[in-house]
Amino acid sequence: MIKAVAATGQLGTGFKAHTLAAAAVGADFIGCDAGSSDPGPYYLGSGQTQSSEQAVARDLELMISEGLKRGIPVLVGSAGTAGARPHLERTVQIVRRLAEKNGWHFPLAVIDSELDPERVVAAYEAGAVTPLNGAPEISPATIRAAEHIVAMQGPECFIDALQQGAAVVVAGRSSDTSIFAAIPVMRGIPEGIAFHAAKILECGAASVVERKYPDSMVAMMDGEGFTVEPPNPDMMCTPQSVASHTFYETADPFRLVEPNGTLDTTNAVYTAVSDRAVRVTGSAFEQADDYTVKLEASTLLGYRTVVFAGVRDPLVVGQIEQFVEKTNAVIQGKIADSLKLDESDYQIRWNIYGKNGTLGAFETENRVDGHEVALLIDIVAKEQQTARAIGSVAWHTALHQPIPEYSGLVSHLAFPVSPPAIDAGPVYEFSINHVMHIQKPSDAYTLTIDAL
Amino acid sequence: MPQLHELARLIRSKNAGPFELTIDVMFNDKESYDRVISSQVLSKERMAGLYHVDPAVVQLFQADVALAIKISLPRPIPSGSLQDTDIFGGQFHSPIVRLNIP
Repeated sequence: MIKAVAATGQLGTGFKAHTLAAAAVGADFIGCDAGSSDPGPYYLGSGQTQSSEQAVARDLELMISEGLKRGIPVLVGSAGTAGARPHLERTVQIVRRLAEKNGWHFPLAVIDSELDPERVVAAYEAGAVTPLNGAPEISPATIRAAEHIVAMQGPECFIDALQQGAAVVVAGRSSDTSIFAAIPVMRGIPEGIAFHAAKILECGAASVVERKYPDSMVAMMDGEGFTVEPPNPDMMCTPQSVASHTFYETADPFRLVEPNGTLDTTNAVYTAVSDRAVRVTGSAFEQADDYTVKLEASTLLGYRTVVFAGVRDPLVVGQIEQFVEKTNAVIQGKIADSLKLDESDYQIRWNIYGKNGTLGAFETENRVDGHEVALLIDIVAKEQQTARAIGSVAWHTALHQPIPEYSGLVSHLAFPVSPPAIDAGPVYEFSINHVMHIQKPSDAYTLTIDAL
Repeated sequence: MPQLHELARLIRSKNAGPFELTIDVMFNDKESYDRVISSQVLSKERMAGLYHVDPAVVQLFQADVALAIKISLPRPIPSGSLQDTDIFGGQFHSPIVRLNIP
């Protein structure tokens, strides 16, 4: 029997200290996922982290404290949101500071899963990089253009670290499930059970009926199946809540691809064992012929300045599309005239909230029904100062853009903030969605162990 | 004729990675679940039309164990790229919420 504890769904989003303390009693390990590609390409591209250092330190301090007190490992995957080298280093620094502050001494494993672009180019040229659904076209040039390329690890890197005596493991980009499947697989739990339980655990308390706030989750695994039960008595799991969570944010509800094979939950059976706990059996795992790591990369496109404004005058709201079209043409003329820029040097996007700002081209009710609209003017140029210069032209032009119904100087846009144009910094795009075929798991990561 | 949201307990969308989108339609009772499936309203062709993709790339799943229908498709615009309007893909289910179910 293995008792696995997930501290929360994403490191830095918090959990109740007493929930984790209760969950850790008799546990075999505490794990936590720290990353995702969900918040967009910015984090991987820039090396920045979604959660603040203060919030991450708060969660890590409680987790490591429980782990050391009970002599059980603490595993963190996808450090610092995107799991590239800067994210990993920042998370390791937090652990070092916590160790110093608390007088802790333990072996810390650090798993670096960022890849050198030339390594990926060589694999690409050898035909060892293959596209996933919806992947962009790649070439040696696009691979080299990426700011960071990470390889999503399976559980083997955690097992490697634990076998070398690590008490705390901080890994770069790793699959959500790898963190929670590692120790169960290492101790002989069948992979179908280990990976399915891991998929439930990786989001913390998200598999309960109603998650009112982020919190911890527990799964008990054995050779026949696993039982999931929230350690917080205010939360409950039902067969439907657990089954539903199995396919949260995965394209295929029954098949989850991992580096060494595929979790198949087609025949999984979910049974209530109490009004709060659910037993899951019947999950299978198909071994793959070769080992693949998913690659993620983010490439710099330019720098962004945004302008946000409300429009309330019914005459302007009533002709907002024409207003935007005419204003944009005037802005382009001014940019060419006073900034001496070509249209290929920048992009201006107008999102009209109240019409189709949320869904863009996929809006099925493409009209303005309300009494006000919001405009987002999104400007991207090669330099921040260029985007800012365009932003100034854009908001000032739009503010005073005339409409045929009125004569005299007008001010049509309501800016809720000063300055109206806000520099949003570097802009990136995800540029690789492929898997790389490798000989063995350790080909795609570097493990170091420090005695703190 | 009821609309989809009147039969479902949850309609949601989310990224399945930056290059794919997945839509979940979940039910409390088998009758509503079966009704929506047999109506064929959530067909690959209908979804392809709504999201401007080829029907051949739309995946449609029925998960009886969770009384859930799942629709997955390549994201027409990758998450966070210059023309994207929804980084998490959390609002892309909206066009199906009010579909009429015979």
